[in-house]
Amino acid sequence: MVKTSGCAAKLPPGKLHSVIDNLPLMKDDRLLEGFESADDALVYQVSGDIVCVQTVDFFPPMVDDPFIFGQVAAANALSDIYAMGGEPSVAMNLMCFPSCLDLDIMDRILRGGISKVKEAGAVIAGGHTIEDPTPKYGLCVTAFMDRKDVWSNKGAMPGDSVVLTKALGVGIINTAAKGGEASESSIAAAVDSMTRLNRHARDIARKYKVHAATDVTGFSLSGHSQECAAASGVTIEMDTASLPVLEGALELARFGLIPEGRYTNEDWLFGKICFAEGIPLEIKDLVLDPQTSGGLLLFMPPDDAEAYVSEMDMSCCRIVGRVTDKADKDVFFR
Amino acid sequence: MEIDYRGLSCPEPVIRTKKAIKDNPQTVEVLVDQRAPLENVSRYLRAMKYDVSVQEESGQWRISATK
Repeated sequence: MVKTSGCAAKLPPGKLHSVIDNLPLMKDDRLLEGFESADDALVYQVSGDIVCVQTVDFFPPMVDDPFIFGQVAAANALSDIYAMGGEPSVAMNLMCFPSCLDLDIMDRILRGGISKVKEAGAVIAGGHTIEDPTPKYGLCVTAFMDRKDVWSNKGAMPGDSVVLTKALGVGIINTAAKGGEASESSIAAAVDSMTRLNRHARDIARKYKVHAATDVTGFSLSGHSQECAAASGVTIEMDTASLPVLEGALELARFGLIPEGRYTNEDWLFGKICFAEGIPLEIKDLVLDPQTSGGLLLFMPPDDAEAYVSEMDMSCCRIVGRVTDKADKDVFFR
Repeated sequence: MEIDYRGLSCPEPVIRTKKAIKDNPQTVEVLVDQRAPLENVSRYLRAMKYDVSVQEESGQWRISATK
């Protein structure tokens, strides 16, 4: 059993920043978004208005089925491009694989990845595989787009509505599933959510005004909202009653089936987010739960947000909060 | 009954606690050395209607549960 899986395997930001903040900053006039912006992908000017948007993401399995693992890892990596408003063009595989495992398993993982890259309308151009005791898989993905179409994580404006396009609770359900405690229907709902591309959510959103965007992964709804709020110089007020929740997640949380990442997220967000009095503990679990291949978080003018949610017509796609002027906390849950 | 869960990662401590209290013991003591198992095992025992108290002992915690 792997200790952490999916996006819950992310190194906590506090640890990560203690290293990368001391690295020499590399400057290039054509690098429009890099290391320091904590955005979902880099943005590099190729020529004139055309930019290259590039991301890399890989992690250990969170499900037993190798094909589904491949699909989830690919959907998760592709999502960083959708969160920038782009359309993936080309991808490369990253694979770590134990020498003791049957190569059929590697075949299934890669086929799962291919199926999602195909669905995204992109192509896999190669990759790199090394031997490692714990399997890991993911993609490096590249997109090309007009620089004025790039969604950054720092344009959220007071008055914007906050839209979330997938339900929360994937980390809790994956943790419970590891211990044999999640129901078949909860696992199916989580797998359906994790394997679903954010392509449709991005395509529809392109028809509307989007001031800022990101996707919700290992740092949880709280962490990714906090990054957007801090980058945009605003505060986000989340309405916990509106949050879409995967079936069974709150009940499992009540029984302590909660990933370790929920607590590390809480630690690094200390002082940056706050909860209204009386918010139940399992709702805190939900908004701190590390998501694997989570939804897009879009910051849109209220009319656009309403029209978008109605056009999406999915119960998991909802307006979950609003942006206000900067207050003493970055995110406030009420 | 005292159980040592030091070094174990979630959800293992909760799953083992579930097995350990199958016969509904009056008291359980659990030793953990990380925050996640501390919170999660306490939550589980509370959900199973135990009164839970926690004592910190030099970087590890003793969870005492009684019915």
